[in-house]
Amino acid sequence: MQLSKTGSISAALAAATCTLLSGNAVAADSSKTDALIEGWQFNSALLYYGETDRVKAAEAILSARGDFGDDKFLNLNLVLDTLTGASATGAVAQPDAQTFTRPSGAGSYTTAAGATPLDDTFHDTRVQLDASWEQPLSSNYRGTVGGHFSKEYDYLSLGINGNIARDFNHKNTTLSVGTAFSHDSINPEGGIPSAFTPMLFRNNFASENAYQQAFDGSRRTDSDTKTTAELLFGVTQIINPNWLMQLNYSIAKADGYLSDPFKVLSVVNNNGITQQNLYEQRPDARTKQSLYWQNKWHLSGSYLDLSYRYMWDDWSLNSHTADARWRFPLAGNWYIEPHARYYTQDEAEFYQPFLSEGMPLPAFASADYRIGQMDAYTVGAKVGTVLDGGHDFAVRLEYYQQNPNNPGVELPDALKNLELFGDVKAVMLQVSYSF
Amino acid sequence: MSIKINNKIKILITALALSQLAACASLDNVKPWQRGTLAKKEMQLNSAGLDNALDDHIYFSKEGSSGGRSFAGGGCGCN
Repeated sequence: MQLSKTGSISAALAAATCTLLSGNAVAADSSKTDALIEGWQFNSALLYYGETDRVKAAEAILSARGDFGDDKFLNLNLVLDTLTGASATGAVAQPDAQTFTRPSGAGSYTTAAGATPLDDTFHDTRVQLDASWEQPLSSNYRGTVGGHFSKEYDYLSLGINGNIARDFNHKNTTLSVGTAFSHDSINPEGGIPSAFTPMLFRNNFASENAYQQAFDGSRRTDSDTKTTAELLFGVTQIINPNWLMQLNYSIAKADGYLSDPFKVLSVVNNNGITQQNLYEQRPDARTKQSLYWQNKWHLSGSYLDLSYRYMWDDWSLNSHTADARWRFPLAGNWYIEPHARYYTQDEAEFYQPFLSEGMPLPAFASADYRIGQMDAYTVGAKVGTVLDGGHDFAVRLEYYQQNPNNPGVELPDALKNLELFGDVKAVMLQVSYSF
Repeated sequence: MSIKINNKIKILITALALSQLAACASLDNVKPWQRGTLAKKEMQLNSAGLDNALDDHIYFSKEGSSGGRSFAGGGCGCN
């Protein structure tokens, strides 16, 4: 694993020296709950996520924590989610309607004049299972080992992870170090396109056979893989009886297929009119690093959670994330917790909203707005109560908006009056119940 | 926001990390009997574990960053 910049190294060392996180500095309150199964606690949640005119997703989570005595716990997590709707392809809007071939090569769809091209082929169902075992290793040490499995139609992710935490200063400080390794494989419908291969159209071929032959020739392979190796160092510190702080440093190195087989870039002429669409190509390695700082305060009956993350990587994608949640007690056993989040990122160095005709092809390019320059914010609130028997019930409603920005590219005439960096707006509704 | 201000931010973060280092060395003043509030569920760092898991999944699939609170990689084809 490499640290790309000396500035990063000094920050990393400073963090790592004392750092090494974990929530173990404070033993959680095992307040009384009427358990469904003796020794087990369950948390469940249902989430609806809906973007205006784009992706809709529903997700269900059930997690269980079993107490095996002597501070030994088994954690199990089951996630099911389903996704439908349309996703931006990376192609630019045009003054006229555009037709695109579906990623599978079979069939096409048309985008109206002036509209952002969205591929509505997406729907997928995913199942995820996580399991971990935690136990004391000696008087001041705790260890955790875990595994991860996630499967959807065209994607499989398998992972293992481990963590060791040590308490110091009469359990006022906890240092921890964790590591994770995952192996993902992708097997998309229609295969994986070769770098910068043009999108083909059935109408340009005399026969179905000729088209299929050309389509197959434009594919590099049927499936590909990526591996991710991570290290996470953390420190948790009790500052005073009403203030807890955590600082994490993490480094994650991904190798393998990191492109998106469904994303394209438009090649436009001097006037901004699309001549063809080329499949994107990203580098085959990425090292991400982050610093994460979280504070929990108890302020006269309310609980404030403030966190900040700075992330940087060797694609030059840097981001800042600030998050605040503040829980206030209401009458009875009710509470309300407003939430605000702000996110801003710079574009990856190979991000381009489009390619220009006649210019030599770069080694890497992507028009995926998710690695472009962007600001995003979330606002919302959660309202909940503690029911008889200690069961929690809560409802959370949030609004999320992404504002992609032009990173400073001069637009040809035809593109000047079109929306190339349109906002994405989404609503999230979540219901949670613990038992 | 321009990222040409990166070096300033890194200095700030280093200072932050150093201040936390100093905190580690000197803070040993919260006794077990003073931890009633800290032991509450609301004061746990991951007190809303499912909310965090759902949020991390959404933002992982919609933004160019991931991780920080916990591991960043692998997971799903949503990104």
